[in-house]
Amino acid sequence: MTSLPSEPTVKLGLVIDLDTCVGCHACVISCKEWNTGAGGAPLSDMDAYGEAEGTFLNRVHSYEVLRDDAPPMVVHLPKSCLHCDDAPCVTVCPTGASFKRGEDGIVLVNEATCIGCGLCAWACPYGAREMDRAAGVMKKCTLCVDRVTSETLPEADRVPACVRACPAGARHFGDLNDPEDPAARLSAARGGMDLMPEQGTRPVNRYLPPRERDEGAVMDLVALADPAEDAEAGGGLGWLDRALAKLG
Amino acid sequence: MPDDQAPQGGATRVAKTTCYMCACRCGIDVHLVDGPDGRPAVRYIEGNRDHPVNRGVICAKGSAGIMQHLSPARLRAPMKRVGPRGSGEFEEISWEEALETARSWLAPLRETAPQKLAFFTGRDQSQSFTGWWAQMFGTPNFAAHGGFCSVNMAAAGIMTLGGAFWEFGTADWDRCEYFMLFGVAEDHDSNPIKIGLGKLKARGAKVVGVNPVRTGYNAVASEWVGITPGTDGLFALSLVRELLRAGKVDLEYLIERTNAPWLVVEDPGAADHGLFARGEDGEALVSDRRDGTLRRWDDPEARPALRGRFDVDGRPCRPVFELMAERYLSDAYAPEAVAETCGVSAETIRRIAAELAHVAFERSERVPYNWTDWRGVEHDHVVARPVAFHAMRGVSAHANGFQTCRALHILQCLLGAIEVPGGFRFKPPYPKPLEAHPKPHGDAQPGAPLAGPHLGFPRGPEDLLLDAEGRPQRIDKAFSWEAPISAHGLMHMVISNAVAGDPYPIDTLFLYMANMAWNSSMNTTGVMEMLTRRNDDGGYVIPRIIYSDAYSSEMVAYADLILPDTTYLERHDCISLLDRPISEPDAAGDAIRWPVVEPERPGHAGVRGFQSVLLDLGARLGLPAMVDDEGRAKYRDYADYMVRHERRPGVGPLAGWRGDGDSHGRGAPNPEQIERYKANGGFWQAHVPEGARWMRPWNKAWWDWAVEIGLVDAPQPYVFQLWLEPLAKFRLAAEGHGDRVPPEAIRDRLREAMDPLPDGRLPGAEDPAFPLHAVTQRPAAMYHAWGSQNAWLRQIHGENPIYVPGELWREHGFEDGDWVAVESAHGRIEAPAALMEAVNPRTLWTWNAIGKRPGAWALREDAPEGRRGVLLNHLIHELLPPKGDGLRWSNSDPVTGQAAWYDLRVRMERVPARERSSPDVGRQASPVGVGPEVVAYDGKGTT
Amino acid sequence: MHPAPSLIVFTTLSGLGFGLIAWLGLGVHGAAPGWVVLTFGGLAFVLASAGLLASLGHLGHPERAWRALSQWRSSWLSREGVLAVATLGVFAVYSALWGFGGERVVWLGLLSSALALATVAATAMIYASIRAVPRWRHWSTPALFVALALAGGALLAGRTTVGAGLLLIALVLQVLHWRRGDVAYAEAASDMGTATGLGARGRVRMLEGPHTGANYLTDEMVHRVGRRRSKALRRIAIVLGFALPAVVFLTLEAWPAKHTVAGLAVLSHVAGVAASRWLFYAEAEHVVGLWYGRAAG
Ligand SMILES: Nc1nc2c(c(=O)[nH]1)N[C@H]1C(S)=C(S)[C@@H](COP(=O)(O)OP(=O)(O)OC[C@H]3O[C@@H](n4cnc5c(=O)[nH]c(N)nc54)[C@H](O)[C@@H]3O)O[C@H]1N2
Ligand SMILES: Nc1nc2c(c(=O)[nH]1)N[C@H]1C(S)=C(S)[C@@H](COP(=O)(O)OP(=O)(O)OC[C@H]3O[C@@H](n4cnc5c(=O)[nH]c(N)nc54)[C@H](O)[C@@H]3O)O[C@H]1N2
Ligand code: SF4
Ligand code: SF4
Ligand code: SF4
Ligand code: SF4
Ligand code: SF4
Ligand SMILES: [Mo]
Repeated sequence: MTSLPSEPTVKLGLVIDLDTCVGCHACVISCKEWNTGAGGAPLSDMDAYGEAEGTFLNRVHSYEVLRDDAPPMVVHLPKSCLHCDDAPCVTVCPTGASFKRGEDGIVLVNEATCIGCGLCAWACPYGAREMDRAAGVMKKCTLCVDRVTSETLPEADRVPACVRACPAGARHFGDLNDPEDPAARLSAARGGMDLMPEQGTRPVNRYLPPRERDEGAVMDLVALADPAEDAEAGGGLGWLDRALAKLG
Repeated sequence: MPDDQAPQGGATRVAKTTCYMCACRCGIDVHLVDGPDGRPAVRYIEGNRDHPVNRGVICAKGSAGIMQHLSPARLRAPMKRVGPRGSGEFEEISWEEALETARSWLAPLRETAPQKLAFFTGRDQSQSFTGWWAQMFGTPNFAAHGGFCSVNMAAAGIMTLGGAFWEFGTADWDRCEYFMLFGVAEDHDSNPIKIGLGKLKARGAKVVGVNPVRTGYNAVASEWVGITPGTDGLFALSLVRELLRAGKVDLEYLIERTNAPWLVVEDPGAADHGLFARGEDGEALVSDRRDGTLRRWDDPEARPALRGRFDVDGRPCRPVFELMAERYLSDAYAPEAVAETCGVSAETIRRIAAELAHVAFERSERVPYNWTDWRGVEHDHVVARPVAFHAMRGVSAHANGFQTCRALHILQCLLGAIEVPGGFRFKPPYPKPLEAHPKPHGDAQPGAPLAGPHLGFPRGPEDLLLDAEGRPQRIDKAFSWEAPISAHGLMHMVISNAVAGDPYPIDTLFLYMANMAWNSSMNTTGVMEMLTRRNDDGGYVIPRIIYSDAYSSEMVAYADLILPDTTYLERHDCISLLDRPISEPDAAGDAIRWPVVEPERPGHAGVRGFQSVLLDLGARLGLPAMVDDEGRAKYRDYADYMVRHERRPGVGPLAGWRGDGDSHGRGAPNPEQIERYKANGGFWQAHVPEGARWMRPWNKAWWDWAVEIGLVDAPQPYVFQLWLEPLAKFRLAAEGHGDRVPPEAIRDRLREAMDPLPDGRLPGAEDPAFPLHAVTQRPAAMYHAWGSQNAWLRQIHGENPIYVPGELWREHGFEDGDWVAVESAHGRIEAPAALMEAVNPRTLWTWNAIGKRPGAWALREDAPEGRRGVLLNHLIHELLPPKGDGLRWSNSDPVTGQAAWYDLRVRMERVPARERSSPDVGRQASPVGVGPEVVAYDGKGTT
Repeated sequence: MHPAPSLIVFTTLSGLGFGLIAWLGLGVHGAAPGWVVLTFGGLAFVLASAGLLASLGHLGHPERAWRALSQWRSSWLSREGVLAVATLGVFAVYSALWGFGGERVVWLGLLSSALALATVAATAMIYASIRAVPRWRHWSTPALFVALALAGGALLAGRTTVGAGLLLIALVLQVLHWRRGDVAYAEAASDMGTATGLGARGRVRMLEGPHTGANYLTDEMVHRVGRRRSKALRRIAIVLGFALPAVVFLTLEAWPAKHTVAGLAVLSHVAGVAASRWLFYAEAEHVVGLWYGRAAG
């Protein structure tokens, strides 16, 4: 189990658009809501009405990017398991509870055999695994495997809860190994990137980089305006009579 | 075969209703299971794909609905206060006792002095009902939250355009190529805006975020304009100037669709200065540019002039356009002149003007479209102007917000970008001109209902609600000289006025869904004191406070009688066309909420939907229209009212499936109506006919349809009002004309404020002692105070640092972990500090309403919200500091009375970390105990 | 990383225990009577298994710990478990045959030694194989663990001179591990720029975390030790763990009450190693910290 499957032919994953994500946390809570009742141990919240530390499978971070010649950017970065091809969280697991599916590349935890040692969370560079304190087992994004492989859900709903929820449409789901898949195409068109490629995990999830910001082409109003020799005439309304004449 | 009604994730059935984790009105699919006790439990809530508001998406709050519905802070029974006010000590009582207590307090007031009841509701989605109840009671003192929220946007929009921002209009997301967002963090239309931004982003359209802070929507904006708070009007008018100079305006649109050509009397000092020149029939006049003849503004043959001096019956007149151009072409609006004040470089202003012109005029197209205008003229196209704006509280929550919003609308008009493809579009029941809105009603009479609805739009001084001595009739002083066009009332002034006995003392303060002892008040510490202030005889200055909340909020602790409401999944509600419906530009719509789970509070007297309780109370009081001829309750409950009440014949709270189920908009009450709504997913929609989609203020097909479905009773075509004559009337009064004139002390302020054209004035005077601005923003994942009881949401925002701009951070030598003291002329707070670079360099900010009073919301008393959370409200006073003459104006827009939250000026200093944020407001006892240690919701009703 | 007491106790004690086994396997008590062999063997056994038991405290489901033996093909943790069990088994047989039967089966002894060292190495490899913790991912991690086990074992086994020598070797490795560790995070290829993919746009800093309180990740992996605390603890570790025992053992013959002094020196060593282990965890920066704005430095 613990060994990684040979290169899956289907690689289900998410494409997350950093140009569009408004950081609203809808994906965070809808994920928690779906998955807390999805059959495994509930996603617990300890000291829920005090300091409150709960288990979430998806979290949204916000960063500032300070640039020399443009105002700072703010980028929201939602982060859940990236379902890596070379998933260190799988190979370190002593029990085989952590595994990657051969058929679609989804990385999962078998809660019935997980001993809660935490090593997989240590091995994951992305912080994508959280130990559930009440249940003592490791939790992580399941890519909503129960939704995406469901045979009873309506077709349109066979997407992860977070994708279904995202109000801005910043989350896309698909087979990223299939160049014809819309999500894969979007990723290709927009330069979808790996996070922490140097960690050698070969993540399946892709992030679309923010488009250029605050560097619009300089446009000159005067150049757009009517020939304006008489611009200052008539108190600055030199153009008016000509324009009215055109209207007839 | 899967079908989309099928329950999911182990659920056994789906109930479709309307979310109320915020006021956005999204449709939700509530997936239910049979819980351990056999009762239905919520497995999962997701967006309703068919719903016009959210189209299937859902936000963080909506997804956290389970945690709200199961919140430990839910109230469980009616309560009467047993400890002193503010202590939170209560005793649970029966509903009968509660209702009889309320009746016994209110009945004598109605018979003697109905105005001694002040009934104010918060983010009430049943305002047309609560207002009607207050009207039947006879008190003039009713309003909801609009006055402290965004009345500036509504009033400026309706008076200028006959439609407004808020959720009453929207960008044409599918065609817009250039979108400017002014002062918006989250908006009321929060999911639709996110969906819309997503569409713009998918197309790579340009989004310009004008906001001192770059987060959320402004973070994804293609360009961020980090404006200095309060200066958007100046910025917009500088754009206007640039466009006017370059002749980059839509002249045809201005002539046909606005009052730009209307003639205005220009005779300073005269009693008609600033009014329109009108013909004998009272209609405004224009001058034909071919021969100078005067014609009615709506004469299809007219070719109106836009400049020149004309004589109308001996009165000197000029067209609006020329007055406007003259004002805005002045150097005072030159980009260089405003750049420093606005914190936006002249170059950026010029470039944005150029981009606006480019997109509006070069990327415009004639879209083939057959429509007929109201004069019967047929058109075969509309001109697309793919430029749209949206604005909200960053514009409105300033004392110049009304005029700033007008400046934005004027800019939109110059670009011809309203009700055209790519521009800004109204949602039914809008467009609807000022003339179609009621005037305010007052004149309370003992034992009798009010003659009409409380809130409306005065057209001039004659419509103010003043008593014989010229004093305000209303406790909040709405529709008085202090806030003449306060179309939503001034909820934020009620408590302080009542305590001051100005204009008169009241007996009972009745509040619904507004946390007035905390985040919805300015001067929170002061308000807490006012609510507990006693007379010499030991009684409270506000003798009685009745409050309906669903949860154990801060305000609960300050009430004498609590009428506990249900959660949103447990009651009937209607989101009516009479209020704030779920329409979209191409469809009118309304929706319901219904009890998808029963309100059960085992071991307690239980909770009841507030509207039903209000009907019960109304019947006990014998209020007209709530009892039948024999004095028996006319409506069983709110659901019954929703179906059977008729506001006008055939027009009721719900528009769908009237009559025998086939009539829409108008028709007799249909007992099956609610079932029809449920079967349709909880909402109803009527699609705007194809010929009525664009140019609607002038479109015959629109007006015919609007009449047909009961939005209006007669067509009311109109043009946009660049020049606002009602303001000119108030200005004349301020100059001493007419028989209703303001007191001397207020005249200057009124004369300046009531400018028929916005002048870009700043909201207040600079005070070097308080060089910085401080504002709040709504976090996407929290709704005001309610979110903190939510075990999931509060983990995202459990405390709120004050963000300090980078330059100031370094200048003051801040380090991580430091705290900051922020001080205004009124107060001081201390809270954790955090660094931010993407913010206007003179502006501090924090998330709104995260700080909590220890003991509230069933939180542990040492919860982070109390220790490391803070409200800016402690710094904001409802009155401005005294002027030279010793008078204190209210901290609000002089036109509308809108609370000026964001005019806050402060200074700051670095302070060492503390145990808890200040001010320390003490604790309150929790009438519902503290939430459990561990929450682990299994989706089957068990946590 | 969070310096979990269970893990500090585990690695310290089991290192000592397996170190002792390694020496006992080599037959250091060549001609000793059975009870001495059994006493030393028992001590080693107890230390090693006490450590293992302590490590169960770290698990969410200790009752399922046996499952951890299954994935030895890929998981160092599993290998450690398998090796530990094997070591203890072989060593038990070896000690029993020797202690009770008086016969030292040499190949069993050598096997015990090899397994014991392999166990310690496997423990170290759990850490050294985690790329996400740059400080750990270095050959000096297993080298240091093995050296410390051997040194500690030697001290316990009474091989004082060798022990002192090994302590000095371990000290060199320890200092090297710290030195190199102190720059590992900064020199690792990962930074906030690679984490967010935004590095090419400018300098990246965290504006807001995903939650205002703590969570498992911040508790477990975003630990931070103050420079001064770290310095002080390093001094303590050097003095107690290495210098003092080395000096004592080199001069042992000159001490009165030799056995008590030696015992105290061993305790000092254990305390020093525990301090070193505390630092081993607490100073280890996980790249998860980058997501939370914990840039190097
Ligand atoms: N500093 C600062 N202060 C502000 C603002 C700001 O921007 N900055 N914004 C202002 C604005 S625009 C607004 S609208 C106000 C909002 O302020 P409030 O209207 O006070 O908002 P909340 O505190 O969310 O909600 C009010 C109460 O409604 C109760 N409630 C929730 N659901 C129900 C229900 O179903 N039934 C009943 N009966 N009660 C319910 C809640 O428990 C809460 O006590 O805050 C204002 N205050
Ligand atoms: N998630 C969530 N949604 C909500 C609410 C909530 O509490 N949570 N509350 C609801 C309510 S009651 C309301 S009223 C709406 C309000 O929705 P918004 O209008 O989005 O309200 P604010 O959060 O007050 O945002 C005001 C924005 O204006 C900026 N700003 C302040 N001063 C100025 C200025 O002078 N110029 C410009 N250009 N910007 C300025 C602030 O930085 C802030 O980003 O949201 C509603 N929706
Ligand atoms: S729901 Fe979408 S927009 Fe919101 S934080 Fe998640 S990815 Fe971003
Ligand atoms: S993101 Fe982390 S948990 Fe997910 S597969 Fe990659 S390494 Fe494993
Ligand atoms: S916590 Fe569970 S899944 Fe993770 S490594 Fe340990 S046993 Fe495997
Ligand atoms: S795919 Fe499912 S489990 Fe993963 S983040 Fe999205 S909602 Fe959560
Ligand atoms: S925006 Fe969110 S909370 Fe508000 S109504 Fe919609 S789903 Fe509910
Ligand atoms: Mo509001």
